[in-house]
Amino acid sequence: MTPKRQKRLIIILSIVLGTSLIVGLVMYSLNQNINLFYSANQIANGEAPVGTRIRVGGMVVDGSVKRATDSLRVSFALTDYEKTVNVVFTGILPDLFREGQGIIAQGKMDAQGVFQAIEVLAKHDENYMPPEIAETMKKKQEAIK
Amino acid sequence: MSIKLPQWFYRLASPRWFYEISGKLLPWFTAAAIILLLTGSIWGLVFAPADYQQGNSFRIIYVHVPASILAQSCYMLMAIAGAIGLIWKMKLAHVIAQSCAAFGASIAVMSLATGAIWGKPTWGAWWVWDARLTSMLVLLFLYVGVIALRGAFENTQSADKAAAVLSLVGLVNIPIIKYSVEWWNTLHQPATFTITEKPAMPPEMWIPLLIMVLGFYCFFSVILMHRARLEVLQREMKTSWVQSLIKSL
Repeated sequence: MTPKRQKRLIIILSIVLGTSLIVGLVMYSLNQNINLFYSANQIANGEAPVGTRIRVGGMVVDGSVKRATDSLRVSFALTDYEKTVNVVFTGILPDLFREGQGIIAQGKMDAQGVFQAIEVLAKHDENYMPPEIAETMKKKQEAIK
Repeated sequence: MSIKLPQWFYRLASPRWFYEISGKLLPWFTAAAIILLLTGSIWGLVFAPADYQQGNSFRIIYVHVPASILAQSCYMLMAIAGAIGLIWKMKLAHVIAQSCAAFGASIAVMSLATGAIWGKPTWGAWWVWDARLTSMLVLLFLYVGVIALRGAFENTQSADKAAAVLSLVGLVNIPIIKYSVEWWNTLHQPATFTITEKPAMPPEMWIPLLIMVLGFYCFFSVILMHRARLEVLQREMKTSWVQSLIKSL
C-alpha cells in the first residue's frame, strides 16, 4: 500500500470508529429508555413511574389467570421469578397467551398497585420444536418431578 | 512502511476481468439459487414440522430469517466495497457498492414486512418500537439514504465517494441490530441462527432454514452480478473492449 492509500485507510477507520464511539455513548446514556419494558422487580422497587403509560414484561403465573364470565375482562399475575405484579386487561388476548408464557403488557399502574393494561403482547423464544417433541419433553419433566 | 497485498487483489480492479469471470459464474449461481430456493421452500413450508406453540405461522421464519440475515450482509458488503473504493480508488468496488443498495433496500422491506405479518398472530401487534425492529427500520432508511445520495450527484465519482462515506457511517448500525436483543429488553426473540452455536431447534427444522439462507445468498449473488455487469458496461462504454463486445453481438 502506498502512503497515500494508508492515509485514506486511516481516515476511513477513524470515521467508522468515531461514529461507533459517538453512537455507543448515546446508546449507553439512553440505556434505560431503549428497554421496551420494565420487569416485575423494577416495578416492585418503585423504579417505574406511576400514572404514566409504561410496559411491564414477565411470565404469566400458573393458575393466576381469571376470566370474567360476563365480559372480556381478564386478570392475571406477572412474575420475573422474584416479584409479581397483578395485571387487569379487557380485550382480546394474542393466541400465544397462556400460563407460563412470557408476555408484555402496556398500560398504567393504578393507586392500588394493580397494572391496568390496554394492550397485551405475547413474547416467544427461539426454541422452536415440533409438537411431539414438546409433548415428550413435558412428560420427562413431569417424571422428574 | 508499506503492506504488500496479493496480486489477485489488484486484478479485481479490472472491470473487464470481472465482466468475463462473472459471465462464467452466473449460470452456476443461477442454477444453485433455483435448486436451493425450491428445495428449501418446499421442505420448510410443507414438510418441516409445525411449532408446538405457534403452529404453522412459525413457517414464516423460512423467509423472514434469510431475508434479515441477507439485509445485514448486503449492507456490510456495500460498506466494505465502498471503503475499498475510497482507499484504492478502485472503480469496480464502487460498482459493487452501487449494485448492493437497491437489492439491500428491497430485502430489508421484505424482512420488515414478513416480520410484521408474523408479529400480528404471535405477538398480537404488527409493529412495536423495540430495539431490534427499530434498528432494522434504520437499516432500511440507510439504504434509501445511500440510494438518494447517489442520485443527487451528476458526477459519478462524487456520487461514489459520498455514497461510500454514508454507508461507512451507517455501518455502526449493524452491531446494534445484531446485539439489540441481548443488550436491551425486547419483544423480539434472540437470534435463531448464529455461526458459533447449534440452533435451538431440531435438524428437521433448521436444515431447510440453512438451505433457504444459502439459496438467498446465491440469489443475491446472481442479482448483484447482473446489476454490476450492466453498470460496468455503462461506465466503461467508451473503452475498446466494451466497443468490440458490442460489435461482436
